[in-house]
Amino acid sequence: MYRDDVVVLRTHKLGEADRIVTMLSRQHGKIRAVAKGVRRTASRFGARLEPFMVADVQCYIGRSLDIVQQAESIGAYGADIVDDYGRYTAATAMVEAADRLTDHEAGLQHYLLLVGALRSLARAEHAPGLTLDSYLLRALAIAGWAPSFSACAVTGVSGPHSHFVAQLGGIVSDAAAPPGAPRLDPDVIELLGALLSGNWTTAEASDERERAQASGVVAAYTQYHLERALRSLEHVDRTPA
Amino acid sequence: MYEGIVQELIDELGRLPGVGPKSAQRIAFHIVQTASYDPTRLSEVLAEVRDKVHFCARCGNIAEQELCVICRDPRRDPATICVVEEAKDVAAIERTREFRGLYHVLGGAISPIDGIGPDDLRIAQLVRRLADASVTEVIVATDPNLEGEATATYLTRLLVQPGLRVTRLASGLPVGGDLEYADEVTLGRAFEGRRVVDA
Repeated sequence: MYRDDVVVLRTHKLGEADRIVTMLSRQHGKIRAVAKGVRRTASRFGARLEPFMVADVQCYIGRSLDIVQQAESIGAYGADIVDDYGRYTAATAMVEAADRLTDHEAGLQHYLLLVGALRSLARAEHAPGLTLDSYLLRALAIAGWAPSFSACAVTGVSGPHSHFVAQLGGIVSDAAAPPGAPRLDPDVIELLGALLSGNWTTAEASDERERAQASGVVAAYTQYHLERALRSLEHVDRTPA
Repeated sequence: MYEGIVQELIDELGRLPGVGPKSAQRIAFHIVQTASYDPTRLSEVLAEVRDKVHFCARCGNIAEQELCVICRDPRRDPATICVVEEAKDVAAIERTREFRGLYHVLGGAISPIDGIGPDDLRIAQLVRRLADASVTEVIVATDPNLEGEATATYLTRLLVQPGLRVTRLASGLPVGGDLEYADEVTLGRAFEGRRVVDA
């Protein structure tokens, strides 16, 4: 038996009224556990084990899957996130990325980053698309794939450079860029750097065209490192509020 | 493992949702061992259901004709449409005997993580039904879980137009339950949806 703080990534139906809940925990990495009876309307903790919820859970260690015995809510972000379709689709892409990037040995940084991003979305602190792109870049950085948006990713020579090559780790100099490598506007590179470092003043000052280009770069970089695209990304609603 | 056809029967039954290997074995042995049980009727019904049953051309409910029994009923109120995720939700609402309008079955809920977006549901068909100005209210009765709420949010944004009332089913405390056992999310919803008690 163990107890930990978790953020719920996704759920799958199991049998008549149960669910398999995938959670990212503070101390135990990614956990998959059975929550019994949570699909019944009279369930005591079904609402606490919905995606995007942050909860304090107690689990019994099972043979193949653990079993959730109790759950207490720490952060109920779900309701505020689903109130806005753009926030919901962004949050879904975040939890899908977290699910793909983590395993049972995932560290505290992944947990804290995701909880912070979901909280920010729920409070509508920034445009959902910006929060998502910032989360993806930072989550990839924690996983060991930090992109470079200033110095050349190959030679380390200081910029400014304008070629972006996901396979080489970000922005590269003219000398290091392979033939046909796409060029990015300086403003887009500045936005990407701001999203990676959490410089929200610069990020919020960007226009829609720059944001659209940056999100395309983030999607390509994410897809390259995860080896296949996030299914949620194509459904992300980036309509300006 | 059993011989030949018995194992085939267990394997086929085990492919049905909710039927595990043990249950499949139990049903198979019931069929094999119970002399009084005639499986002919079951096999006939299974063949018939695949042949005759399809989805209603208007609402997406289960139907044996082009339109389902509810869409064909002239006593139903065509001014109100209740939007549900699955055909089985229609049966659940019909059991209440509270709703006399028509239905629209979406065929699921928006779930980007499973690759299901608005275009994968019967939302365009719903919008076409609403082009007829006789509809005055759409009741969004998607499941009270995250995907259901997100689908409701999307529909509300899409459907808002003059002369059309878009409502959402109330959610809150289950009848017969104790307040102290309610979780904070459900209790919060109950407070949000509280109503004035008539004297």
